[in-house]
Amino acid sequence: MYTQALNSSDGDDRFIEDADRAAAFQARIDDDERIEPNDWMPAAYRKTLTRQISQHAHSEIVGMLPEGNWITRAPSLRRKAALLAKVQDECGHGLYLYAAAETLGSSREELVDAMLAGKAKYSSIFNYPTLTWADIGTIGWLVDGAAIMNQIPLCRCSYGPYARAMIRVCKEESFHQRQGFEIMLTLCRGTDEQKAMAQNSLDRWWWPVLMMFGPPDQVSQHSDTSTKWKIKRFSNDELRQKFVDATVPQAQFLGLTIPDPGMKQDAEGHWRYSEIDWTEFKQVLAGNGPCNRDRLAARRKAHDEGAWVRDAAAAYAEKRARRSMAQAAE
Amino acid sequence: MSAASITVSETPLVLYTLRRADDALILGHRLSEWCGHAPMLEEDMAMANMGLDLLGQARELYSYAAKVEGKGNDEDKFAYLRDVRQYRNLLLLEQPNGDFARTMTRQFFYAAFSDLYWRAMMKSRDATLAAIAAKSEKESAYHLRHSSEWMVRLGDGTDESHRRVQAAVDDLWAFTGEMFAVDDSERGLIDAGIAIDPAMLRTPWLATVSRVLDESTLTKPQNEWMQQGGRDGRHSEHLGHLLSELQSMQRSFPGATW
Repeated sequence: MYTQALNSSDGDDRFIEDADRAAAFQARIDDDERIEPNDWMPAAYRKTLTRQISQHAHSEIVGMLPEGNWITRAPSLRRKAALLAKVQDECGHGLYLYAAAETLGSSREELVDAMLAGKAKYSSIFNYPTLTWADIGTIGWLVDGAAIMNQIPLCRCSYGPYARAMIRVCKEESFHQRQGFEIMLTLCRGTDEQKAMAQNSLDRWWWPVLMMFGPPDQVSQHSDTSTKWKIKRFSNDELRQKFVDATVPQAQFLGLTIPDPGMKQDAEGHWRYSEIDWTEFKQVLAGNGPCNRDRLAARRKAHDEGAWVRDAAAAYAEKRARRSMAQAAE
Repeated sequence: MSAASITVSETPLVLYTLRRADDALILGHRLSEWCGHAPMLEEDMAMANMGLDLLGQARELYSYAAKVEGKGNDEDKFAYLRDVRQYRNLLLLEQPNGDFARTMTRQFFYAAFSDLYWRAMMKSRDATLAAIAAKSEKESAYHLRHSSEWMVRLGDGTDESHRRVQAAVDDLWAFTGEMFAVDDSERGLIDAGIAIDPAMLRTPWLATVSRVLDESTLTKPQNEWMQQGGRDGRHSEHLGHLLSELQSMQRSFPGATW
């Protein structure tokens, strides 16, 4: 208990807790070994991973809301079933990731409470609204596409439970991404109204999606230690560029225009995008995105209104345990 | 192209199949309304699972109805282009979710029926209905187990959960009789061995319900008056709102493919 508190400093003194063990730990990471829950690890490594995995879990759960917004209005039974299954997958990812975070010593309840209290973050992208059906296509195509760029390197993350969770999550995400692209393709081959809906959706989501990769490398806070610990293998800007390079030809195939008139292809073939509006990003992180309040309110409402159900389940389990003890004593 | 409602040639077999398809769609839709808002993540998963089972059943049944009707309708036209008077589902299944106790009670009453129903329908002389029944029976068995376990937890949990689930049982009871009703159009199908007589399921249904209510420390309502009308398109006020949401895209963009 107390040592956790003492060792929670993110500063340079983090290895003071045990220099020999820390050196052995780093050597294992350098050898590409996986760190498992019962292995010794520096407190700061534990703290960084707990934060990252729980934020990832919160993102999956909050991410159910913008897409859930269209389940009851999906335009065909096939789309309705696919969307419900997709949102259910996100929920499964959340559960899986909370379980991975729990191996580091924090309970799901604690982690969820921090999110509900507004102390723990989730991906900024889910603070934007889904206004049309095309947004369901765009989320699959671009938001899940960006998530995959971020998550594929995490399959080789030094922490075993997180890396293994990511392998499964990435498989499902790539299915979602293809599904999203297929929604866009159907719209782009449809009526003029449908095509306009697709273009408008891309116009609204493009820049927020680029912001998903986080602040530019010069100002990113966590990258150095995360890289050393092999939690992070590529920088924010590297992943963002990779994503843009992969996405531009897909947009061209769809016949959609990326809302960046200044975008140019350089001599090496990279698509160079214009300056990102980081003021907007900071405002969304600070709680001022279009849906921050609605998202948190929806999660709090589900949590508060579900309290009596969770209490009932706990009370019943306790009664049952008492009865079977009484029976055993007879 | 227009987004006006379709007309349906309701021969006995088309009508029979549409009634079951509507049951599955409407309850599946109600469950899908919970997605992202359940009392715990495990229940988000479970309700989405049951919703997906029911949507799957609805799609198979609609497709079969379309084939039997042979008038160029399809699963989406049946789901999205019929108005409230053309829907044939049980009144029970369109009742709003309410709190979690109400949702689980609705699920329990229906699953206790549908589990028996689909098992019996596996012997239908109609090969397609028998095949749909074989798949649906497995799904219903899980829905029954899941909802029964919640009836017991809520009934025998806290004072508050007991009060809520008893209120749900009392309010929804009057919608259970419709499950066992037979009209003239179904009588012929029963005589031909295509459909089963649901009246035979009443006693085993009551046995399951009584056993679970008993274990849940809940009281079986005494009122015998049962609401009817869903099978003939006389619905509660709730269904129209559900359909206006469900059908909004197809009604707003006539003829588009999604």
